[in-house]
Amino acid sequence: MAVAEELVQITPELLKEHGLTQEEYDKIKGFLKRDPTITELGIYSVMWSEHCSYKNSRPLLKLFPTSGDRLLVKAGEENAGVIDIGEGWAISFKVESHNHPSAIEPFQGAATGVGGILRDIFTMGARPLALMDSLRFGDMNKKQVKGLLTGVVSGIAHYGNCIGIPTVGGELFFDESYDANPLVNVFCLGIVPHERVMRGAAGGVGNPVFYVGATTGRDGIHGATFASEDLTEESEKKRPNVQIGDPFLEKLLMEACLELYETDALIGIQDMGAAGLTCSTCETAARGGAGIEIDVDLVPRRETGMTPYEVMLSESQERMLFICKQGREEEVIAIFKKWDLEVAQIGFVTDDKMVRVKDKGEIVAEVPALSLTDDAPLYHREDKEPENLKELQSFDFNTLKEPVDVAASFKQVLSSLNIASKRWVYQQYDHMVRTNTVLLPGSDASVVYLKEPKKYVAMSMDGNSRYSLLNPERGGKISVAESGRNVVCSGATPLAVTDNLNFGNPYRPEVFWQMKQAVIGMAEACRVFDTPVVGGNVSLYNENPSGPVDPTPVIGMVGLIENKDFITSSWFQNEGDVVIALGENKEELGGSEYIKEVFNKKVGNAPEIDLAFEKQIQDFTLDVIHNNWVESAHDCADGGLAITLAESCFHPKTKWGVSIELPAAQTRTDALLFGESQSRIVLSASPEKAEKILALAKEKGVPAQKIGTVTQENFEIKVDSKEVITEKTENLFQLWNKSLEEKIK
Amino acid sequence: MSAKPKFAVLVFPGSNCDHDCEYALSEVFDIPVKMVWHKETSLGDVDGVLIPGGFSYGDYLRTGAVARFSPIMEAVQEAAVKGKMVWGICNGFQILLESGLLPGAMLRNDSLKFVCKHVNLRTENNQTPFTSELKKGEVLNIPVAHGEGNYFLEEDKLKELNSNNQVVFRYCDDNGETRAASNPNGSVENIAGICNKEGNVLGMMPHPERACDVLLGSADGRKMFESILKTSLEKVCN
Repeated sequence: MAVAEELVQITPELLKEHGLTQEEYDKIKGFLKRDPTITELGIYSVMWSEHCSYKNSRPLLKLFPTSGDRLLVKAGEENAGVIDIGEGWAISFKVESHNHPSAIEPFQGAATGVGGILRDIFTMGARPLALMDSLRFGDMNKKQVKGLLTGVVSGIAHYGNCIGIPTVGGELFFDESYDANPLVNVFCLGIVPHERVMRGAAGGVGNPVFYVGATTGRDGIHGATFASEDLTEESEKKRPNVQIGDPFLEKLLMEACLELYETDALIGIQDMGAAGLTCSTCETAARGGAGIEIDVDLVPRRETGMTPYEVMLSESQERMLFICKQGREEEVIAIFKKWDLEVAQIGFVTDDKMVRVKDKGEIVAEVPALSLTDDAPLYHREDKEPENLKELQSFDFNTLKEPVDVAASFKQVLSSLNIASKRWVYQQYDHMVRTNTVLLPGSDASVVYLKEPKKYVAMSMDGNSRYSLLNPERGGKISVAESGRNVVCSGATPLAVTDNLNFGNPYRPEVFWQMKQAVIGMAEACRVFDTPVVGGNVSLYNENPSGPVDPTPVIGMVGLIENKDFITSSWFQNEGDVVIALGENKEELGGSEYIKEVFNKKVGNAPEIDLAFEKQIQDFTLDVIHNNWVESAHDCADGGLAITLAESCFHPKTKWGVSIELPAAQTRTDALLFGESQSRIVLSASPEKAEKILALAKEKGVPAQKIGTVTQENFEIKVDSKEVITEKTENLFQLWNKSLEEKIK
Repeated sequence: MSAKPKFAVLVFPGSNCDHDCEYALSEVFDIPVKMVWHKETSLGDVDGVLIPGGFSYGDYLRTGAVARFSPIMEAVQEAAVKGKMVWGICNGFQILLESGLLPGAMLRNDSLKFVCKHVNLRTENNQTPFTSELKKGEVLNIPVAHGEGNYFLEEDKLKELNSNNQVVFRYCDDNGETRAASNPNGSVENIAGICNKEGNVLGMMPHPERACDVLLGSADGRKMFESILKTSLEKVCN
């Protein structure tokens, strides 16, 4: 065939600029049986980037369990998975990262991250109902880190608030390993009736291919490639690679698409996210086993003089590609016109399995669709355990003297930024719009009401990078276990997870080893808890000039609550209720918030995790909640038992006290109070129901002990009858409540 | 004639509390609701109109500044003159200010940040169709969610507003004291909601439609919807 395009000499420099290796270039020539045009080179470059192809992580992702009875759409099949929740309804959810754009331009980087994940969800036919964010930043004593935090938070607020989807929860963590490379993982959940689940596949020869939404500009060209390389001081120059978001336009696009789904005119729909028009045409063609021909001259533009290369690679936001049935064009166009949206037919479906791009009728690219997706390169990277790991793991905690004033350490941990209230953040997010938010931010999981089919979903995002640094397999397991525990504590039965793998450069064998171990751990935990992975995201090349970020696998877990009476918060509810600790407290200080905050060390091994035992604890907790025996349930995690108890006292409306008596410690007192042994939950219940809980625990062989009672205003912990902490709850609350806000000032 | 009032809920491009208002009116209080697109020119046969919150036209020029030029706003003006209930919540309040149905202007929150939380409101005027079921001085716990809720009015006009009893709600603490610390946005005299002289046009920043179910944190907004129902019933009986 004759591909008419500006003839550009393909040099090694040009390949390097496109992030392609010589080997990959040879592969391209093999597919095309000729030299590529510059447009084709650009297309391969973005489609074969890690961001789009997962070429370095796909072998690991295959380890995840991805099937289950409730799955209507599985991971990898579409933009997001879809899960049956009964009564003809389904939910769709997914997490996406926007780490690199947020590092360079925090406000727009985070805002467009929200925009992107929303499109992933409404592309599936679902109406988005809730957002969450898992955020990680560096050392807040550094000015630029504060700037990143405030920028990211206002970017998320700007987009989410304007479009009217509540941001109902998430997590926020600080560690110096994220100084120059913050992590911004955004989660969205939507709801869809079974019959309206949409597909991102092209089909039906001759069916028209439409473009709708924002006009195309030069913004974001090579965003996907940019996300697939290390951040360096040079990255600043790539600021134009960061797109600008327009939540108002996306709101119109979302409402128009949801209206379009009411008709049966649609064949397939796909958002233009990473790699824009390139990715949406290639993926819909590949999924449908079809071909697509478009003419870039028909694409609505906001800039003049754009080349086909630029149009194909632009990552302008708020755009969608869809294929409708021939003969239904006018009906479809009328819907978008109603919402004042730009819509244009740019091509049609073919049967030759090629993606053909023309410019005013002349072919500028002609590529086999599958060569861009299924047949993209796949690499098995070398992995190697970091040399210093054994030494870190075997750290001798006897070298760290127990503090004399335990109460002072307690207050220090309570006001550490990782423990302190995240109110400063979530009050900037509209977390109530759509009037479904049942558990306001601050409890273990967020609970959202589904007006149809009158059920509730609980969701939580969790990851622990310190554990993952010290023992990535355990870190991976714990990320799943903890998010499951959070969802269970709210009264929900865990359904499924979405994952975000945030790691450094996979060409470093140590980084690849961390990722591999974490995935092995996550996959095993997902199997034990019967929570398949329904989709997710991989973000590699998260590096500072000084080295990679700590390995950060993040899990978004979703559970279902069938009955309103099961909804449980982490806050104490009544004076006189009995406090029960489930699980076992071991001497585990490794990777704890206490050791980091008080001794400024990231050492030791991550806490042990026995998945079968964890499952037993979670099942037991659900049983007693479903028996209506429980007033509050709180996962005992970061900061250990003492912090968990304090958090349970900080009810948004009433500050409770607690009187706790712990038996003489078998361990160091600090390990007893602040150690982060896993598989522990703190419950409260009326004295009568507490007896029932303890009796059932005994019968089932679940370790459970009564440790105290809920009181009015004093927070008291005694160990072996000796007072170790006695404080007014109100004073503790003030410390915890204001810490983050004061740091930002 | 039915004792139930009929309500129109306006939908602008960028409205995002429209479904919440529809749900509160129709599902919670069984009030018939008609969703009216901004390009329409008539509200139809209704007793009241609710302008919901959101970011009409993305709030790009100034909150509510573009929405007031929508074709439907003429019908809203007419409804107001005829004495029908006109209720603007959050962005709806901003649109009522921009369209001149209520006096004053809205500035950015003094914190310069969007704020979403439950606040307390003290009822100053229970003589409106929206507040007749409240006692004067009654404290309501209702959420706010806005970036521009810092209500401003010049001093002389403020005097007039007060002497006409047009201030309907003020931000206050648990005990009903209007303290600076209980004001989420820096509005003048802690004003959270105002009405016109006749009392049939109400604009307020807080969201009563978000406070209709204890499960969502508060049910204090219910009394406003109950007031509307009562008002209509009385009208029919008289």
